[in-house]
This record gives sequence, C-alpha cells and structure tokens, in this order.
Amino acid sequence: MRLTLHVWRQPSAETTGRFVRYEATDVSPDMSFLEMLDVLNEELTGRGELPIAFDHDCREGICGSCGLMIDGVAHGPSRGTATCQLHMRLFSDGDEIWVEPWRSSAFPVVKDLVVNRSALDRIVAAGGYIGVQTGGAPDANAIPVPKDSAERSMDAAACIGCGACVAACPNGSASLFTAAKISHLGLLPQGQPERYRRALQMVAQMDLESFGGCSLFGECQAACPKEISIDFIARMNRDYLKASMTT
Amino acid sequence: MTELRSRVPAGPIDRKWDRHRFEIKLVNPANKRRYTIIVVGTGLAGGSAAASLSELGYKVKAFCFQDSPRRAHSIAAQGGINAAKNYKNDGDSIWRLFYDTVKGGDFRAREANVYRLAQVSVNIIDQCVAQGVPFAREYGGLLDNRSFGGAQVSRTFYARGQTGQQLLLGCYQAMEKEIARGGIAMYPRTEMLDLIVVDGRARGIVTRDMVTGKIEPHLADAVVLATGGYGNVFYLSTNAKGSNATAIWRAYKRGALFANPCFTQIHPTCIPVSGDYQSKLTLMSESLRNDGRVWVPKKAGDQRAPNDIAESDRDYFLERKYPSFGNLSPRDIASRAAKEVCDDGRGVGPGGYGVFLDFRDAIKRLGRQAIEERYGNLFEMYQRITDENPYEVPMRIYPAVHYTMGGLWVDYNLMSTIPGLHVAGEANFSDHGANRLGASALMQGLADGYFIVPLTIGDYLATASLVTVRSDHPDVVATVKAVEDGTRRLLSIGGKRTSQAFHRELGKLMWEHCGMARSAEGLQTALSRIPELRDEFWHDLHVPGSGAELNQSLEHAGRVADFMELAELMCLDALHREESCGGHFRLEHQTPDGEALRHDDQFAYVAAWQYGGAQSAPVLHKEPLAFENVALSQRSYK
Repeated sequence: MRLTLHVWRQPSAETTGRFVRYEATDVSPDMSFLEMLDVLNEELTGRGELPIAFDHDCREGICGSCGLMIDGVAHGPSRGTATCQLHMRLFSDGDEIWVEPWRSSAFPVVKDLVVNRSALDRIVAAGGYIGVQTGGAPDANAIPVPKDSAERSMDAAACIGCGACVAACPNGSASLFTAAKISHLGLLPQGQPERYRRALQMVAQMDLESFGGCSLFGECQAACPKEISIDFIARMNRDYLKASMTT
Repeated sequence: MTELRSRVPAGPIDRKWDRHRFEIKLVNPANKRRYTIIVVGTGLAGGSAAASLSELGYKVKAFCFQDSPRRAHSIAAQGGINAAKNYKNDGDSIWRLFYDTVKGGDFRAREANVYRLAQVSVNIIDQCVAQGVPFAREYGGLLDNRSFGGAQVSRTFYARGQTGQQLLLGCYQAMEKEIARGGIAMYPRTEMLDLIVVDGRARGIVTRDMVTGKIEPHLADAVVLATGGYGNVFYLSTNAKGSNATAIWRAYKRGALFANPCFTQIHPTCIPVSGDYQSKLTLMSESLRNDGRVWVPKKAGDQRAPNDIAESDRDYFLERKYPSFGNLSPRDIASRAAKEVCDDGRGVGPGGYGVFLDFRDAIKRLGRQAIEERYGNLFEMYQRITDENPYEVPMRIYPAVHYTMGGLWVDYNLMSTIPGLHVAGEANFSDHGANRLGASALMQGLADGYFIVPLTIGDYLATASLVTVRSDHPDVVATVKAVEDGTRRLLSIGGKRTSQAFHRELGKLMWEHCGMARSAEGLQTALSRIPELRDEFWHDLHVPGSGAELNQSLEHAGRVADFMELAELMCLDALHREESCGGHFRLEHQTPDGEALRHDDQFAYVAAWQYGGAQSAPVLHKEPLAFENVALSQRSYK
C-alpha cells in the first residue's frame, strides 16, 4: 500500500507546530499503525531528517502510552482499539491520513505527537486509592465481594489512562477517566469507607486542572479503547451529589 | 576480591525468615524520615517498594522513563499471580509452592529465597484485595483460582486477562497516595544513566530528563533498582519497547555482580512473527493452555486447512510426550517441544514457525460462552493482530523471548555486592533459577517490593555509618561527567546506520545462537561477531537531533550500546555453563530422549560475573547452591 500522511510536527512546547506531508510507500496490511510510523522514521533518519516523536511502550494496548488523533478520531477508526493495536489493513491503498497529538489544553504538547498527561496522575493522587498501608490486611477471603460487583468494578478498572476520552470530548472533559476510577473503587466493599470523600476530592482536582465540563456528548465512550461506559459518569455524579449534600 | 556472602540465616528453612526479621536491625520510626531512598522503576517491584518505604516514613525519590508510573511493563502481565492460599482444598501449601518453584527453576535457585517467596505469597493477595484489586470471584463472593503451567494445583489468582494491570494499578494508587502526602517525589520521563558509588557504597544515581535533556545527580542513602529484565537484547520479545538493561548494566560496570545472565525464558504461547517490520511480539497468556490443545500435523509439509486435518493426522505433541502435565508442561519444555516439531518441518503458518493452539474440543465441552468468559479479551487481541477468528480456526503460536531469570546478584536481603544497592523484581536473579513458572513474576515483584526490601533496607541503614555526600563530591562530579561524555559521544559519531538497525542485527544474532537451543559452536560464532558489531556501532552510528531536547533516537542508542555489551556476557555465561538446565539448553547436554541434562556435580552454583574493565574479561564468582529441602532430581513432567 502507498499512503500519504499529514503529521503534526512541533519541535517543543514553546514553539508552534504545523502539518508536514510524508509519503509512506510499501506499507504492509499486517503492520500496526506504529510500525508504519517506525518504518517512516527509519526513512526520515536515513534522509537526515528528524524522526517523528510519539509515545508508545507495550504495543499491546494495555500501558496507555500511545494515543494519536487519526483523521480526527482518537486512536483511529477501529472501535475499542488503542493506536498500537490498529492495523494497516483497515486502510486502503492511496489513503490520505491526518495524524495529530491529543488535543486538549490540559495536555500540552511536549514534542510532535507527544503530550503531557500528568494532570491524570494528579486526579488519582487526589483520592483515587484505598488508603491502606502495606501489611495488616485481613485474609483476602474475609471480604466477600459479590461476583457482579467485582465484574462491574473490573469494567471500570480496565481504564488504561491513555486520555483518549479527553481528546475526543468537545469540552476536553476528563469525566470518563475520573468516573472510571471512582467507580472501580466505589463498587467494592473495600472502597466504601472513603467513597464519598474520594468522589469530592477527585472531582475537585479534575476541576482544578484545565479540563472542561461534561455535557454528556458520549464521544469519550466511543473513543475509549477499553469501551468504558458513560454509565460510570452518572454513577460519579450520584456519588458527588450525595457527598456534597451530606458532608 | 569481591566475596559472595548470601547472608542466608541459619536454622530450618521454614523459620529462616521469621528469625531474620527478628535479628535484623530496625530504624527507629522517628529516624526514618532522615533517610532518602531512591527507587528506580515503577513496576510491581519498584511501585510496591516505593509506596511501602514511604509509608514507613522514609523519604523516597522514584524514577521512571514512562510519562506516568502507571505504565511500567508489569502492566502487560495477563494470566495471574500465584499464592499458596489453598482456597481450593486441592493440596496446596507453602511447602508445595516452594517445591514447585525450586523444581520448576530446575534447581538453580537459592532455596531460602524461594521458601520466603512462597511464605509471603499469601500476604500479597491479602494486601492487593485490601487495595481494591478486582480479582475474579465465584458466585459466593470468594476468590476464584485457575491452574497454570508447572503446577498440579489451582493457585493462580487473576483479574480477567489483565492481572498485571490491576496489580500495578494497586501499586500506582498506593504511590499516588504517598505522592500526595509528600512521602514520594516522583520523576517521570527520567532515565537513570549511571550509579553513584562513594566509598564503595551506592549513594545515588545520575539521570537524564528525557524532555529537557538535563543530566543531573540525585543523592540518597540507599538505592533500589527495580528496572525489570533484559529480554529486549533479542530485539524481538514480549517486553515493552522501552524495557532496557541500562540501569542494571551501568550498576554492573560500577561493581555489582551479574548473576546467570544466560538464563532467559522463552514463552511458548506468542503470536508468530509476520514480517521484517515487526517491532515486538505479543504474548498470549499461558492460561490459554488450560483449555487449548497444542498440535501440529503428523506429516511434514501438510498444507491442508487445520479444520480439514483429521484427528488421526494430528500430533498433540505435548500430550504425547508429557502425558501427566500435557499442555500444562512448564514453559521451557513446551517451547523447546514446539521448536523441535517446527525444525522437523511440521510447523504451521507462513514461514513454518508456528504450532496450533486449538479450542475446538473445549468449546464443544464447555460451550462458546464459557470460553468467551475465560479468554474473551485474549481471543479478541489475537483476532485483531492476525485477522483470524480463534473460535473457528485454531490459533497459531510460537515461542518468544519473555523473561530473564538472570539479573544482578543479590544476597538474602536483596542487596547487591555494592552495599546500599538493592535490586528487586525481574532485575535481580534470585528466585526463579533457570526457569520461571507462570504467574510467579508478579508474585516475586510484589514480594520483594511490599514485604522484603522495606524491611531489609532498614537493616542496611541501621548498621551502615553513612557520611554526608554533596553534589560537589569528586565521585559525584566524575559520574555526572561520564554520563555527559557518553551522551556526547553517541551524538557525535556521524555514521550512517540507525540504532534500530544495529539492534535488529544484534537481536537476530542472539536469537540464533543464544536462544532456545545453544551450542559451543554457535556461542563462539556470536562471541566473535558481537565485538565486531559493537565496533561498527561506535563507528557507523547515526543519532539525529541533539541532547538538549526530547530525543527518542538518543535514548534508544544508549540502550542498544548497553545491550551490545550485555549480549557478550550472556554468550560467555551460556558457553561456560556446560550443562542444560531450565531455559538454558545446550545441544551437547541432553538425555537420549532430548530432555535437558543437568550436571549437578559441576554446575549447582550461581554464576556471578564481575566487570573486568573495558579491556579485560569479566571474572566469574560462584555461589554454591545447596539443596537441603528439595532433593535434586531430574525434572520429569511425563
């Protein structure tokens, strides 16, 4: 396959960026999208140009490092897929593809396609944990967890923290990310003691960062590589409301 | 001369850890905040160590090269974590987990460490549940278990196919809790490029900020390396692209001994290579072997579609060769058996390097829904990569490099030969011998980080008299300068080839000669080619860009430079070990029916290598291994 790429190039956070056009020749349909970029980068380096910087690590859709806007869609055209798992067989010979970094004022561009997502870590630091210390935990089977709760909790816990939900949201909201963590812990008996405090603190931190508000567009759910449901946002809002009225 | 003192406490094996915990020195709670501890790496071992040390009151500085500590490669572990809970009432015990691990490691691990690992395994599960790890449950609300390779009991706890992710998020959340409290200072996108040793003790690290390029020293009272394994020396492996050996290799060059470097694990169930552009290999959890049956056609060159091949024309080679363990044979054995049938011309798929993993019978027996519940996400991942539906067509799998049992040598306190330098998780050598059993890596990482290092590091701090070291100390200045010079050197070669190209060539060489089957001849070939390749690297490397910016080519080049040196040590170790054991299979040493043949009379020891300088060969030290509780025997899974 032959493809034409328009890739966002930006030398650093302080400089302005622009799209640069590249021809990718000899693309195999079995390649992943990132492997296609690897091959292009080898070519660029060979020609004495600077390769395109992009975040990636596990390349199996679980570490959450990678994330590109591909033709305006977070992680590209395939549902429930991180960029690293996107295969070129989904594209056709002669396609023109636009590749951009996550777009959100809360995720400043570091270089080219690399962005700074540390705001997500700060949301977790605000209360996205169960406050137990190492040691002293009761026997694991002392806390029975109904299978349905465990499964539902796991649905939320599957979040890989890639930030696609933010990038896809017209408001740049981090509600799906925050709701997933609040729900993961709030659905388990172990998470009850801090449930409402957690919701208040995490939502407050989310508001402190430069994320927008949620107006239930639902783009986040469509872009999420783990297909996390926006039902969790409703759950977060319920917990937050209850917490606001009772504390 | 460096002396290897394992510091294994005296007494019966089941009392050693208790006794040690009582005998080691403690740091007074009020004094802990006076100590700074550096933790490099935020996977299961590093994340759990950083959080636990901070909870105890130490000042912790944690480093990772990813943009967030949540992304370390532990996250990709799929199948599960072992613990001797015996919740299934099927005969499990601490002793059995200990026994299985020593035997599974082909009698090349230190008994006392393994016993302790089995002991604390039960606390790990308690800890993780308390943290909110959503392990799989039964309808009654209690924890579910599954079986895994190398064991005849069901002792593996899991969270769908994302156990590593959930355990790591537990560590990460504990870390964030401590970051918020001010106990941990977190340095993401920061790479350790050297170890600072002052008066023979580890006193800090030199790092490069991967965004600004700033190189600077960080000083501390003790350093913990939890930087994972070195499987990426093979270029293609199941490791993340960023996984590297730089931290442990630089520590080795500063005097830490490197133990059993040739012990690498090849995982039997990975998706086969599809082309030259391939950047990594994807593992399919070993848990698939619970219900999938491994086979190849009986006849070489059988080109029929798998579903057209009659039962009588199929060779279920694991079930045939190992009737009692069958498809659940340990990883090294299953991998080698797959290689054998492919070398025999009976491999399947493009290139002939693949075997089938077939769920037809399991689907017939349990129904598609049950299989979907157990392996749904794995099947989906497979289909995404290969464009084939494993519910209808058998999966194709082939072994790939997955884990390295070797690593920096540590004593019972997990301290290396450099006082103050502790090593945890895959980065050390200690618990898995020559082969690691499935679901034991997560167990070891968390055992080291939650329960062992936080305690043993206190013993070091309480007994060492540490002088204050400032950043203008000549040893600190010299180490920083060495890193600056190294970075400049990589950027100034001005050659033509990229570090990727060199890495691929090194990987091919290693896979061919130091992979699943090794011979003296092949290892000699590699040993003569590696120095040449290294020379070419230092003369013909091209690194674009500068050092004062985010430069992924520079990062990679530095890692490849270290792999180039480590590869040679691996081959040297593999050549010296004139026996076969676990993942180390020497063609010259096999039983008449092709199984690994150990030579316990000569090789029941840990081979710990000491850096000899740029011009001299490394020096071999031996830590003899005594097997007082598990009798040495030829492993048999028949």
